[in-house]
Amino acid sequence: MSQPAQGLGGLKYDASKRTRAPEWNVLIALIAIVLVFEVLNRLNGTSFLFNMRDTVDTLFNQQRLDIIILQVSITGIIALGVTQVIILGGIDLSAGSVVGATAMIAMSFAQTAIVNGNPNPKAVFGEWAMDLPVLVPIFVGLACGITAGVINGLLVAYTKIPPFIATLGMMVSARGVARWWSNGQPVSFPTASYGELANGDILSTLTFGLLSWDGQNPAVVFVVLAVLFQVVMIYTLYGKRSYAIGSNEAAARMSGINVDRHKVLVYAIAGMLAAVASILLTSKTLTAQAGMGVMYELDAIAMAVIGGISLSGGRGSIVGTVLGAGIFSVIISGFTSIQLDAYYQEMVKGAIIVGAVVLDQWRQRQRARG
Amino acid sequence: MTDIILETRGLTKHYGGVHALEDANFTLRAGEHVAVVGDNGAGKSTFVRQITGVEQRSSGQIFFGGQEVSHAGPLEAREAGIETVFQTLALADDLDVPSNLFLGRELFKFRLGPFSWLDRKTMRERTMEALKTTAVKIPNVDNPIRNMSGGQRQCVAIARTAAFASRLVIMDEPTAALGVQETAQVENIIRGLKERGVPLILISHNLRQVFDLVDRIVVFRRGRIVASLAKGETDGNDIVSYITGVKGNADAVVA
Repeated sequence: MSQPAQGLGGLKYDASKRTRAPEWNVLIALIAIVLVFEVLNRLNGTSFLFNMRDTVDTLFNQQRLDIIILQVSITGIIALGVTQVIILGGIDLSAGSVVGATAMIAMSFAQTAIVNGNPNPKAVFGEWAMDLPVLVPIFVGLACGITAGVINGLLVAYTKIPPFIATLGMMVSARGVARWWSNGQPVSFPTASYGELANGDILSTLTFGLLSWDGQNPAVVFVVLAVLFQVVMIYTLYGKRSYAIGSNEAAARMSGINVDRHKVLVYAIAGMLAAVASILLTSKTLTAQAGMGVMYELDAIAMAVIGGISLSGGRGSIVGTVLGAGIFSVIISGFTSIQLDAYYQEMVKGAIIVGAVVLDQWRQRQRARG
Repeated sequence: MTDIILETRGLTKHYGGVHALEDANFTLRAGEHVAVVGDNGAGKSTFVRQITGVEQRSSGQIFFGGQEVSHAGPLEAREAGIETVFQTLALADDLDVPSNLFLGRELFKFRLGPFSWLDRKTMRERTMEALKTTAVKIPNVDNPIRNMSGGQRQCVAIARTAAFASRLVIMDEPTAALGVQETAQVENIIRGLKERGVPLILISHNLRQVFDLVDRIVVFRRGRIVASLAKGETDGNDIVSYITGVKGNADAVVA
């Protein structure tokens, strides 16, 4: 029989025993991949990161960095939502289609009525729903995303069908909505203020001119949202519940957490983030097409998985996804930089996603073994 | 009769055509530790699930602290002062020890609906206190409990129960998966509850443990309570004959 008193001495906090956060491994991988592409480029006499042209006076290869950052930002914003859903133990396959539907619907409210003296093609609502102040398309767009997310959440939480099926249904239906909204026509020529959303310099506005990053609003929004949700996931009840449900749903239920309501909330936030990405994307490209966002959901899931988010739920972090998004975009950019054929790119992309999961599983087993 | 903490009258639970619990009449007095024993499928866990509000009874009444109660869920039962260690542990593997201890009853710095700000520092301090009072050894409370041994995890679950225990503790086979030393640790926690005067319902297959720890033994068989015996007036063989149905095949008794 053990003496209770012994327990008192056994209770201690040992900082050195804390396992290193897996995000560090992802960061190291990101740096390693950048280095690999830098070396591969140098072999060809070019550079991945740095400017090699004498005609341009910048240290870095600005063009390439801009592309990487834009790629990371748009898909990354979607990945922030997808990450939360995966941590919850679910999956969201509808994000890409929600981007498409939101793009068409939001953009149609920002369309200018007359282009070069000719009337612009109309969406289902007709004349009165065009040329509206920029807040209208933003709110309509966010409402679209939230609605799709709430439907996803309600299906998952209350009909108990697997999230894979529920969001697959939304994926197909939302794409249908996108095509129906303007009979398959692209929606183009938004108001100037709508175009400013992505192409303006919001950082300068927010910091009263102290900082400036012209034309990179998606990146600014991505960073702000990433920081916001990292904090929310760690320091608030929302995050704690998400991890608890993803980790052991029965336990969460037994502890009195309203699991169903929380699921609806998380899916709604994921839908809203897809809408944010959609608004920024259409504002950047100044056009919306029904086919927009195809496969974005898989890219977003890949970013999360590469960033160490466990598909079985309960593990991973927003920081991981941000780094995963970095790796994902660097790889794609890197392949282009070494002039690898686009066909090979896709093949390798698939292999990388599977590889990331295999590595994660292996790491988990190592840790379990001590 | 004012010292009765918990009383059930005619408690019955049917799952479809299966009569998992039939007309259970049970009382628990202040400070009393009672063991619930019986074969697999005898209705022990079903009985607990009705009391803790995890499931809704088919019929019958539950009185807790003299009031008739009808807990809609485990949280309601917990808020009323019934703390339970479930057979399935009810721990979230990916959370650390403080998060598990405070799962579903987090402390906050400020409230803002689902985005309420957690008071992690206080929760951690209270966790350390709780582990201290229950003498549970956990090397590092900030690690996810996934990395802990089965015994440590069980101790976390029991520490949670003991720490928040106010009026009644229920343990469903708390030592089933534990080694000798860990079992002893859990038994110590149970003795601590007895000293604090917290009443306990202990479900266990381990008769040695039952005779060691409790005041009274209630035997379930095929969904019915077939015996309720003070520890002094019975022995292991007697209990086994009730469990196996050699004795007590008459009508249900009032426990």
